Amino acid sequence: MTLGRGQPSEGGLPAPAPEPVDAADRTRVGVDEWVAEAEQRRAAQTGLSGMVVRVWERIPAPGRLAILIGPFAIFPFITSQGNLYRYGLITIIYALLALGLNIVVGFAGLLDLGYVAFFGVGAYLYGIMASGHSGHHLQAEIAIPIVVVSTGLLGLLLGLTSWRLLGDYLAIVTLFFLQAFVIFVNNANGGLNDFSYPFVGKVDLTGGANGLDQIDPFNLFGYHITTTKGYYFFTLISLILLMTMLYFVNGSRTGRAWRALREDPLAAEVMSVPVNRLKLLAFMFGAATAGFSGTIYGAVQSGAFPGDYDVGLLITIYAIVILGGLGSIGGVVIGALVVNGAPELLRSSANARFLFYGVLVLALLVAMKPWYKPVIVLLGTIAFGFAVHGIASAVWSRGTAGHIEGGGQFGRGLEHWVLLPRHTQSIAGWAYFALIVAALVLTMLHGWQRLLALIPTLYLASFVWENKLVEQVSGATRLILLGALLVVIMNVRPSGIFGTARVEIV
Amino acid sequence: MNWSLFFGELVSGLTLGSIYALIALGYTMVYGILKLLNFAHGDVYMVGAFIGFFILQWLGGPLTPSVTPWLAVAIMFAVAMLGCGALGVGIERFAYRPLRDAPRIAPLISALGVSIFLQNSALLLWGPQFRDYDTFDLVGVKSYHIGQNFFISNIQILTISVSVGLTIVLALLVSRTRTGKAMRATSFDRDAAEMMGISIDRVISFTFFLGSALAAAGGIMFGLVFGQIFSLMGFTAGLKGFTAAVVGGIGSIPGAVLGGFLIGLTEAFATGYLPGGSVYANLYVFALLIVMFLIRPTGLLGSPVIQKV
Repeated sequence: MTLGRGQPSEGGLPAPAPEPVDAADRTRVGVDEWVAEAEQRRAAQTGLSGMVVRVWERIPAPGRLAILIGPFAIFPFITSQGNLYRYGLITIIYALLALGLNIVVGFAGLLDLGYVAFFGVGAYLYGIMASGHSGHHLQAEIAIPIVVVSTGLLGLLLGLTSWRLLGDYLAIVTLFFLQAFVIFVNNANGGLNDFSYPFVGKVDLTGGANGLDQIDPFNLFGYHITTTKGYYFFTLISLILLMTMLYFVNGSRTGRAWRALREDPLAAEVMSVPVNRLKLLAFMFGAATAGFSGTIYGAVQSGAFPGDYDVGLLITIYAIVILGGLGSIGGVVIGALVVNGAPELLRSSANARFLFYGVLVLALLVAMKPWYKPVIVLLGTIAFGFAVHGIASAVWSRGTAGHIEGGGQFGRGLEHWVLLPRHTQSIAGWAYFALIVAALVLTMLHGWQRLLALIPTLYLASFVWENKLVEQVSGATRLILLGALLVVIMNVRPSGIFGTARVEIV
Repeated sequence: MNWSLFFGELVSGLTLGSIYALIALGYTMVYGILKLLNFAHGDVYMVGAFIGFFILQWLGGPLTPSVTPWLAVAIMFAVAMLGCGALGVGIERFAYRPLRDAPRIAPLISALGVSIFLQNSALLLWGPQFRDYDTFDLVGVKSYHIGQNFFISNIQILTISVSVGLTIVLALLVSRTRTGKAMRATSFDRDAAEMMGISIDRVISFTFFLGSALAAAGGIMFGLVFGQIFSLMGFTAGLKGFTAAVVGGIGSIPGAVLGGFLIGLTEAFATGYLPGGSVYANLYVFALLIVMFLIRPTGLLGSPVIQKV
């Protein structure tokens, strides 16, 4: 309500008639989208990133697809088989999987934490129909549709719970579903403790904890896909088809209805959007996509193992979708590249070191606005490190006795900078704890205090990295970083990096 | 009827149930106030078990404790509950408070991040191996017979009574004290409570402190009853704790305890009586959860929620 409205205006004339009620209402109806658009414009159109975004949006959709997929298409011709599998194929499979999750979480806004179970169901089901383990050898062109349809139906069943459950309840039921799946495949080996099924008795379905091995390679109409390159292109084509389909679905009536459902289920229902049917549809689409990617994964690995389809994978896929931005199709591919590419680079500790310090420096340069501040912090940290190292080598010689293995020139330089105690086990544990506390304190400080506190924190971070985190780069460290990333992204940008801004109605 | 098996499962169900009840209390309180599913709660429980373990080591280990065994157990409880309480407050401050007005999905994903962070930090620092509480050596487990078939050990009595005792303390705290009144007011209507001069941030921090402390107590009990802890124990326990909270009616304190015992008994009796129960007990708990949702989505003691746009 603006001030002064309804008061007598000049000349003692009667107050002007209040604006018609429905006019005010009309602006209110559109206000959220309008505000969102305006904020997007304001957020996007500054500096270099704004320019990139504007150029990006001017490219027609097929062009954007080509830019995203182009590097993937060239990749097989410039790399070796092993790298092609590790970097390329897994990234595409994750991207495919994340696209499916994006339908459920990003489009329809249903928090499905059992999603990777469908991925596992796909792999196991394909394995049961075509493997040396089960003794059946079905053609892939028959097996894949069966898998897709049955995972879709399973998704429909799980989706039925979403009729009555809202957000968090749905999350826990689906998470429990994933847990149930893992327990089931771990034990359904026809062993002593297993179920005895009606009519057939005890059957070895999944091979238990050892997994289901000897899964057949795809046999499509008599053409056997046996090489990594073959799977790579098969998956890439599937990815392109799925992205194209999603692009059209997103703009269609169903896509718009999904978005309405995501923004506010109750309001959508009141506007006669068939909420329940749309929820089921989203679950079904997502589950079928996951099942399909599961068959590929099973065939590529020529086996399905229970440990692969657990919470670790769930977090990875969620990180991809969230990094890419909920509801953004192209973002998912970028997210998959980042989330899968980074740990692959982390695999060797020398690469991991470069990546770690590189990202640290880059993050500082990007996050701190006047250019001289990060420079001060970096120089300060370097000086601080040499000072600490100098003092330590004088009074505590064991603190500098360790060595960095395989670090090259850079590593040898680091040995003069970072403390490397001979026995790291307990001191690195405490340092890790101190680092968490320091990082938390940092978020509470402001201005120059923060700048000053940043210097020892950065040094502590590199100390912990060299002495503790680098040991388990591909295991625990990777997931720790992903977990921290999820928290930080949610704090900084709740809709994900490439996600569309959303306005909540209060 | 094999009464010995029946009573055995009954007692172990009650013991399990009292651990789940303690976890469920934390879920239910946080959910009652923030409408937030705190995924990291199960991992707080795991951290509590580990703090207890390290305190035990610090006191000389289970074989040669430097204080009397029961005092050692009491110190373990006290330190772990305080430590985890602080951890819970920290998690709330940094992972949930900035997201209090964000879309509903944001704090959930943040909670997932905290959970995976804690779990893998434990894996990194303490390794994947089992750690032994060695309860047998520490307090000397005794079994008491009542009649011919009914056995109960002193550890089981301790677990059940500590759990019931903590619940009563909590219930009194919520219903009788000023802070409890502030908690109830915040849970009822956060904005209105704030306008009445209640410091919302402090109430929420306190809630997290209480919930996490109870989870830590549950973690130590798990260690005492089963003798072993490991860094991935939080996930399943957290899931069951939440199931207990939901079955009892989320937001309701007596409901959480009731649900905890129900889940514990279901698990124990499924293990003893149902086909494939020894490995599929969790599947039966899952089935219970689904049935519960179909019959009474608000739980046994929950009140129906009115949805607002």
